Amino acid sequence: MKVRILVSFKDSVLDPQGQTVKNALHTMGYGVVKDVRQGKVFELELEGATKKEAEALVPEIARRVLANPIIEKFDWQIIKGR
Amino acid sequence: MKFGVVQFPGSNCDFDTLYALQNVMKSPTVLLWHKDHDLQGVDCVVLPGGFSYGDYLRSGAIARFSPLMQEVKAFARKGGHVLGICNGFQILLELGLLPGAMIRNKNLKFLCRHVHIRIENEKTAFTRAGRKGQVLRIPIAHFDGNYYAPARVLKDMERHGQIVFRYCDAAGNITEEANVNGSLGNIAGIRNRESNVLGLMPHPERAAEALLGSEDGRTIFASLILSLGRRKPARRPVRRERARHD
Repeated sequence: MKVRILVSFKDSVLDPQGQTVKNALHTMGYGVVKDVRQGKVFELELEGATKKEAEALVPEIARRVLANPIIEKFDWQIIKGR
Repeated sequence: MKFGVVQFPGSNCDFDTLYALQNVMKSPTVLLWHKDHDLQGVDCVVLPGGFSYGDYLRSGAIARFSPLMQEVKAFARKGGHVLGICNGFQILLELGLLPGAMIRNKNLKFLCRHVHIRIENEKTAFTRAGRKGQVLRIPIAHFDGNYYAPARVLKDMERHGQIVFRYCDAAGNITEEANVNGSLGNIAGIRNRESNVLGLMPHPERAAEALLGSEDGRTIFASLILSLGRRKPARRPVRRERARHD
């Protein structure tokens, strides 16, 4: 099974990189872009895990390692297998 | 007293810190390898600056899993003194020994320059050789030094005197211009509630000799030697001429 985890800053935390990308987009004329938040994507290949196991394991891994819960939030989904 | 400087793959201030402690401060110091399990009976663990594990994932995020760091954690929980400098500070945050987190500098630049920091709390083992309000001129060198903590945590830290250093101007004023990296409350260094763990972004080991522009970093090492050792630290009270520096 393959899962994809998206880690990004919490809404309450300033994202200086996202701000810079937004400013660049505005300079290019994409005034329609109201906000940009930048994040990280992780793809994990899990061997022999059931969906139920993944549902316990992936959030645990995300909380303990991939994201820093003080500043970041995460979201995840199964992208291959079941 | 004996210092121990921890080396991770990617540490690059390990030898500067060793030199400052051993040769300048004349204090016995050993290097500790991150894969070891033995703190060799040191009285104070120093986590030096650098780019442990290439700053992969987040600054300090991988180093915290090193075997020796589990020993450091236990050492700190028992009241042992731990000083984290720059990347060492980031590791202490990731390890949960200090509250908060670091985000990228507000201007997205790697900042390498001398800054002024003000001693906000002189009643710690790390600052007792200094005075409250004293301005230290010490260099910084970091990309992720923009300190963040949730408002509630920050308020709690303020109340317990956990904010030990703030970025300031040469005269000691806490200003927005002096806040080089955008840290909340101009925070440059904090301690834990129990006051045995301190992290700061500026590099005191790079400000240990007048030849290199400043001796102000000695205040921190001298404080530790005063607090944990019986011997008088090798520290001369030096009055610098402010005009000589930027």
